[in-house]
Parts: sequence; structure tokens; C-alpha cells
Amino acid sequence: MLTFKVKRRIIYLGIFCFTLFLCFFYVIKTLNQSLLYFKTPSEIFDDQNLDLSKEIRLGGMVKKNSIKVNKREIQFIITDLKKEILVSYKGTVPNLFLEEKGVIAEGKLKDKKFFIANRVLAKHDENYKPPSENQLDKK
Amino acid sequence: MMRNLFSLNKIYIFSEKTLTFIKSVFPVLLILGLTFALVLSPPDYLQGDVVRIMYVHVPSAWIALGTFSTLTVLSIINFIFKIKILEIVNLCIAPIGLLFTCLAIITGSIWAEPTWGTWWAWDARLTSMIVLMFFYVMIIYSQKHIKPKNRSLMFTSIISIIGAINIPIIKYSVEWWNTLHQPASIKITGETSIHSSMLMPLMLMLLILLLYSALIFLMKYKTEIIKVKRSGVKRL
Repeated sequence: MLTFKVKRRIIYLGIFCFTLFLCFFYVIKTLNQSLLYFKTPSEIFDDQNLDLSKEIRLGGMVKKNSIKVNKREIQFIITDLKKEILVSYKGTVPNLFLEEKGVIAEGKLKDKKFFIANRVLAKHDENYKPPSENQLDKK
Repeated sequence: MMRNLFSLNKIYIFSEKTLTFIKSVFPVLLILGLTFALVLSPPDYLQGDVVRIMYVHVPSAWIALGTFSTLTVLSIINFIFKIKILEIVNLCIAPIGLLFTCLAIITGSIWAEPTWGTWWAWDARLTSMIVLMFFYVMIIYSQKHIKPKNRSLMFTSIISIIGAINIPIIKYSVEWWNTLHQPASIKITGETSIHSSMLMPLMLMLLILLLYSALIFLMKYKTEIIKVKRSGVKRL
């Protein structure tokens, strides 16, 4: 039913797609670590050969009642519910920087417990709802 | 029968009729959709009114991905069976995809400034979206400027097949890796985390943007058909 030419084209295409898929699979697999935008506190804790001089991004949730603001800086704790890291930051925070919401801090680690940030980004979650709905949830 | 179905005159008349229909409903739907999205829908409990950008951002991103998938499927079918009419379709939908990719990126970064605190971040989702834009640019370039016809066709097919790998990467980037971009709110299986009062305008805006892309597509398609007729080809 299919002519010889059509069959040949299908085979060519199959081989092409297969090689392409393999190539990309290995590229992505190799890049896997560097594709992460941020590290969680647990990942930092588990990392044996951590380079403290390198600038990294730390991400997680702002712990409840942990935000302390004084004249010089703002301090808060980033947690992934297993491990915690104290973050110190000088500067303004985005509007969505709130307790129990996602946050990403850019900066350097002092040690595995203390992080000095030079930029703070808020990470928004996938929930969208009107204000009235939120109050119902809290009750 | 097949030749009859694909005859240029029939396609021309059909697209003419569809165009008139779309033109008649589009303004009404647009006004309705924008009123719902910008005025009647509630603000978000955290973001406030910034959430209204989502009503353009999310449908544009969907259409951008959908267009690229269509482009790839048509390229593959065209490569195997050599159906000439698909070339013209590809020629017409590539700019639409580029338009919506740019729209998604621009609205996204306008949204990101007040919510995340930055215009741009090189996380997996945003970077793969930029890559998609470059693929569209390459496809349009090879359609327009690579001269011998069969060569341009070959380049377009190869680029669109390579680019197709990017589509699942965009889709799953937010699940496979840590990203700044939030995971999908609307899932094919499972619960949707957008409240129904916001989901309705979102779907309406999707319909409107789809109609808009159909409008551009048909207009471009008609011109391409006229060009083919002018060049004196009796049948494709």
C-alpha cells in the first residue's frame, strides 16, 4: 500500500528521531544538577564538598514567626520542613515575601547554618483564589 | 473525491465563510472576555490585581506550545507523504506561534516584577521558553529566506522536529527541576488550583485568543492561496 519511497522516508525519520531523543536524554541527564534554579536546605546539608565562596541560590519556605526586622537588616529562617537555614539580608523584599510562603535567596553561605543574601525573590505557588475564599479556609 | 476536497477553490470559499463568522462573533466575545477578566473577576488573595495578567499570559503560552506541536506534526506528515497544502499551513501558523510566545514572555515578565521581585530569572521554565522563541525565529527564517524550495522545506522540517523535544521540557520543567516559576495550576488529571470565579474568565480568554489566531491564520492562508493561483499552478 505504501510506496517504497514513503517507507524509506518513515525509516529515515524513525532513525533521526531516535538518535535525537538519545542525544537530548543524555544532555539533560548530564546537565540535571545545573538546571536546578535553587538548592533546598536539605540538599545543602547533604552536600559533602560544598564550596562556600561560590554564590548560590537557597530556596524554601519562610518559617512561621521567624522574620525579625531591625534597622540594619532583616533576618528570617528558610526551611524545607526538614532542615533550616538562617538568612540575613539588607535591602527591600518583594511584596509577596510572607511567612509560610516560598522564597528564594541569592547569596553566599557562611556555614551550613547561616546564609548572607544579597537578593531575595518571592516564589509564588500555584493557588489562585479570591480574598473571601481565603478567609473561609482559615476558619 | 480527495482532489475535490483539497481543491483550492473550495478551501478558499470555506475559509471566506469561516472568516465572516469569526469576524461577527469576535468583537462581542472580546468585550465580554475583557470585562470578565479586567473588571468582574475577583482579585487574588495574595497578588491583588496583578493576577489579571494571568488571563493573557496562560492562554498565550498554551497557544504557543500548541502551535509548535501542530507545526511539528504537519512537518512530519509532509515529510513522509509530501502533501503540499501542509507547507502553506505551516507557513501561516509559524508567525502566530512566535507572536504568542513573545506575548507570554512579555506578560510573564511584567507579572514577575511585582510578584517575584525580578523581571527575569534563568530558571528552567523561562529559559526553555526563550529557546522556543528562537526555534520559531529559525523556522520563519528558513521558510522565508532559504531559497531553493525543497531545501527550505527540509530545513523547516528538521528544525521543527528538533524543536519538538523542547515542548515536553517546557511542560515538565516545573516538575523535574526546582524553578522559580510555579507549577501548573490546571492539570489534565487531578484537581485544579484556580478558583472557579477565575477559571471561567481564563477559559473565555483562551477561546478569544484561539479565535484571534484562527482569524490571522485564515487571512494569511487566503493570501497564500491567491499567490499560488497567481503563479499559475493548477493543482498542488
